[in-house]
Amino acid sequence: MAGTLAEKVWDAHLVRQGSDGAPDLLYIDLHLIHEVTSPQAFEGLRLAGRRLRRPDLTIATEDHNTPTLDIDQPIADLTSRTQIDTLRANAAEFGVRIHSLGDADQGIVHQVGPQLGLTMPGLTVVCGDSHTSTHGAFGALAFGIGTSEVEHVMATQTLPLAPFKTMAITVNGDLPPGATSKDIILAIIAKIGTGGGQGYVLEYRGEAIRKLSMEARMTICNMSIEAGARAGMIAPDETTFEYLKGRPHAPEGADWDAAVEYWRTLRTDDDATFDTEVVLEASDLEPFVTWGTNPGQGLPISANVPVPAEIADENERVAAENAIAYMGLTPGAPLRDLAIDTVFIGSCTNGRIEDLRSVAKVVQGKKKADSLRVLVVPASARVRLQAEAEGLDQIFLDFGAEWRNAGCSMCLGMNPDQLAPGERSASTSNRNFEGRQGKGGRTHLVSPLVAAATAIRGTLSSLADLDLPADVDITSFDGTPLAPLDPAALVQV
Amino acid sequence: MEKFTTHTGVGVPLRRSNVDTDQIIPAVYLKRVTRTGFEDALFAAWRGDESFVLNQPAYSSGSVLVAGPDFGTGSSREHAVWALKDYGFKVVLASRFADIFRGNSGKQGLLAGIVAQEDVELLWKVLETRPGTEVTVDLVERTATADDVTVRFQVDDYTRWRLMEGLDDIGLTLQHEADISEFEANRASWRPKTLPAKHLPPVEIEAARPVV
Repeated sequence: MAGTLAEKVWDAHLVRQGSDGAPDLLYIDLHLIHEVTSPQAFEGLRLAGRRLRRPDLTIATEDHNTPTLDIDQPIADLTSRTQIDTLRANAAEFGVRIHSLGDADQGIVHQVGPQLGLTMPGLTVVCGDSHTSTHGAFGALAFGIGTSEVEHVMATQTLPLAPFKTMAITVNGDLPPGATSKDIILAIIAKIGTGGGQGYVLEYRGEAIRKLSMEARMTICNMSIEAGARAGMIAPDETTFEYLKGRPHAPEGADWDAAVEYWRTLRTDDDATFDTEVVLEASDLEPFVTWGTNPGQGLPISANVPVPAEIADENERVAAENAIAYMGLTPGAPLRDLAIDTVFIGSCTNGRIEDLRSVAKVVQGKKKADSLRVLVVPASARVRLQAEAEGLDQIFLDFGAEWRNAGCSMCLGMNPDQLAPGERSASTSNRNFEGRQGKGGRTHLVSPLVAAATAIRGTLSSLADLDLPADVDITSFDGTPLAPLDPAALVQV
Repeated sequence: MEKFTTHTGVGVPLRRSNVDTDQIIPAVYLKRVTRTGFEDALFAAWRGDESFVLNQPAYSSGSVLVAGPDFGTGSSREHAVWALKDYGFKVVLASRFADIFRGNSGKQGLLAGIVAQEDVELLWKVLETRPGTEVTVDLVERTATADDVTVRFQVDDYTRWRLMEGLDDIGLTLQHEADISEFEANRASWRPKTLPAKHLPPVEIEAARPVV
């Protein structure tokens, strides 16, 4: 029977078909763990006298709370330190592999899986973090879960899951210069809304998606949750296989061949049908920024702040009024005139090596605007090492930016990297909720290129506002892996 | 989990859409390692505002929240459900919920009932006109009643059954342990294992310092 990509992966993990309204029971291939959503789950196992069923399908890292400065010192915030110590103790007790602060494989959990080659096509991947949708870029069915479900996966390596609906999001054509995959996903969310994807697994397809690198695909799948979707997926292809080959946990020899043969079947059949279809033309896109307090409140950077009086729907009008008041905006004012206090480049959305390379190309040889601070936070310690090997850190430091250690950082401000009340940021992260980056902070979500241009000019800007030399090609990425991988150099512990 | 059949308590109108989980409980409160004691964190950013609905005496003892569409969007943090429960809420009614929030609620015995938006407006009207009005939520009949207004809500059959029986999901799944073992025996060998760990050689990471 014809099926979509998501249905094929689902069916391959069916432990038990639900009957009488009970959900299906699905097997989970990979469980990622971090310090914030796991302590209560481990405690639940202990209280019930249950074991961790599959330590060999589980991996932990520290990311949400970790400081990005002075990581060789004890963590100053005592509650953060306790949470991280709790994860370390739980990992030791239950036999879970952990990459701790200071380890080269520490970093944001959604970067750690892919860079180790643990994230692969056709897997089910879960984590107590909504941005688990990132891993869907490989053709995995990957989604965020709550702590009760974390405990459920720990105890059973399965999850009872209600059926989903399928939505095809086709992006045709070519992105114009200066627009990126971040602009694609911000435009999609603005189009379908923060609830548009509820109950759906999204499949991104079309020419513009096929041309994207793995890292750019991860940016799109990462923000599927911002459209309310349960997951977002992209069918694996040569780009996927090339990214994976040779990574530490990628299959080898006959296993690699068998895997690739299977992965090639992971595409939506031509005669399969989706419950909903959405189409976008990439050539119509320009850099997108959010003006409001949810990721659906986004507009092209050349637009003006909305005028609530012109919004017919009462709920949307009230939401716009609230957002404009919180964000300290003037209805009708050009977005380009907004002065920014902090530029944050990082997060599981846009903290990968290609993001840092593209920012470096734009800011190389320039000085940041005096009026703002710039934080560059790599998604993982490996990304940091790679960037330093390429000399990107020096470009950022010469520009006047701060070069930090890896972690979630200012995306959610659980560590000291926060906005002050009223402070306005242009952020490459994924959420512009009230207070997300610090109490009273005001967030505008942007692509790395818009972040770079904004850091130079001091107001929300795109590459079109800069006089870049014509030979600076910011849209081409070579997709070089994080570090040259010599299988013989791999360490087995 | 406690069994849930009916509940009667003060209704709280929350006239906002897109109440994300960062609003329900900001990230700074997620550093705790316990599962209880989050009541002070609920809607933390709004609690300082005198006009906020929970700061009005008539609503402060509320246990049935009636919210705008797209409640619980954003982060997967189950702390949002714990904070609502710790405050005393037993039921949230809205026209649309984020999937993860709705799932988390079901696991924790917080009833998330889907009500048509026009019915939400009817409930808001009653609760705003007569602050302190109690709402009776009947899970058996799937109705919510405030004074003379009775509306129907949706909740899927399986969640309803589990709430009414007070059943633990893990216990239910472990009844199928044999199915899980059989599935595991047939998994392809290319599927990844995190152990034994493979990675590039360890490298010393230098700590970043503040730029002065």
